[in-house]
Amino acid sequence: METRQQTPYIGITVAIGGQLMLPLENLVACPQCDTLHAQTDVPDGAKAHCMRCGAAMVETRSTAITNVLSLALTSFVLMIAAVSFPFLDLSIGGQTNGTSVLGAVMAFSDTFSLPLAFAVAGFIVFLPLLRLGAIIAAVLPLVTHRTPGRFHRHAFGLAETLRPWSMAEIFIVGVSVALVKVAGLATISFGPAFWAFTLLVILTFFQDTLICRYSVWRALDTSRA
Amino acid sequence: MAGAGHIAGLTTAREAGLIACHRCGQVHDQQATECRRCHATLHSRKPDSLQKVWAWWLAGVITFIPANIYPMLITNTLVENSESTIIGGVVELIHYGSYGIAFIVFVASIIIPLGKFFAIAYLAISVQRRSNLNQHQRNHLFHVVEFIGRWSMIDVFVVAILSALVQLDTVASINPGIAAVNFALSVVFTMLSAQSFDPRLIWDADRAAAND
Repeated sequence: METRQQTPYIGITVAIGGQLMLPLENLVACPQCDTLHAQTDVPDGAKAHCMRCGAAMVETRSTAITNVLSLALTSFVLMIAAVSFPFLDLSIGGQTNGTSVLGAVMAFSDTFSLPLAFAVAGFIVFLPLLRLGAIIAAVLPLVTHRTPGRFHRHAFGLAETLRPWSMAEIFIVGVSVALVKVAGLATISFGPAFWAFTLLVILTFFQDTLICRYSVWRALDTSRA
Repeated sequence: MAGAGHIAGLTTAREAGLIACHRCGQVHDQQATECRRCHATLHSRKPDSLQKVWAWWLAGVITFIPANIYPMLITNTLVENSESTIIGGVVELIHYGSYGIAFIVFVASIIIPLGKFFAIAYLAISVQRRSNLNQHQRNHLFHVVEFIGRWSMIDVFVVAILSALVQLDTVASINPGIAAVNFALSVVFTMLSAQSFDPRLIWDADRAAAND
């Protein structure tokens, strides 16, 4: 067997001879391999894996949701700063030219590449902003102890769908590569937006590692309460 | 003959006649169409998964060809006008002695896209035929592909920043070439191809084999 033994499972045998032993409400299926498990509470700080494929299913941290909210709020403000302030300045032999984050997007505003300008604007600014807004909207009722509704569950679903498409961290690596390319030929100075964007990327990384999707979904679920 | 992932006593939602939400794991009976927890549309398996995988895959491969033939960057300076392709850009970086950055660009723009094409094709074929890799390895491969695919976008962002920054009309200017559009499309198509793949198919194929 190749299952991981060091962590507790939420799974036990849930069916014998095709006959379910537990009511539907107490079952959860692994999103990766469809294996049924019994839903049990996992001690704080522990991680539960799928018994068959080993996918992490539950990671509980009691402080996680409050931290996710504060990180998302901070990142949201940083993103606003990152698009408002100057990003980078370049000078070669007395001539200077600066760009903002949106200036980088507008590099593709020629006729043939205009759709790419919209796509890049989405990848690095608007989809990350929308995703942060959706996370804030989804976890706000959990932190303020109000009853979450359909709207909040849709918001978290949207945040999950947008995850692969918000590429702020990839943009910052791209910027580093570009800077190395011109570093020998020109002088570069960093604007406040550059630091805001870098900080934002680090915070987003922490936020994505903190968040336990399964716990958020359970907390947002009011149907069984 | 049981595969490595086949453990006695484990039942899938499908075998039990249930539908599990692919997003939050909530289990429903077969009549349900919308997840009552997260409101996602319910499917026991993603509908027409392999067809969509192959369609996006083909679109990704086709757009990857012009992305490598046409120029990615058009550089105009006082002394010369030059156009560089993706590979040309990597060669240029090696000339400057920036081996580390050349390596990053080469891996992100060439190795990852090509690797993804092979990996997705292999996964799609392996769920229809027997595979030499066990399902744990293939499951792992799928997650690597899903995680790493977006990073190919690096080169598009490099072009964006360079073109925005280097606009000194008399001394030097850099503009994006048509390949940037093709390359971005190829990355997006390949991401959609990977997202259309249903990892549960890897385990289904094994169970079918184990029950033979």
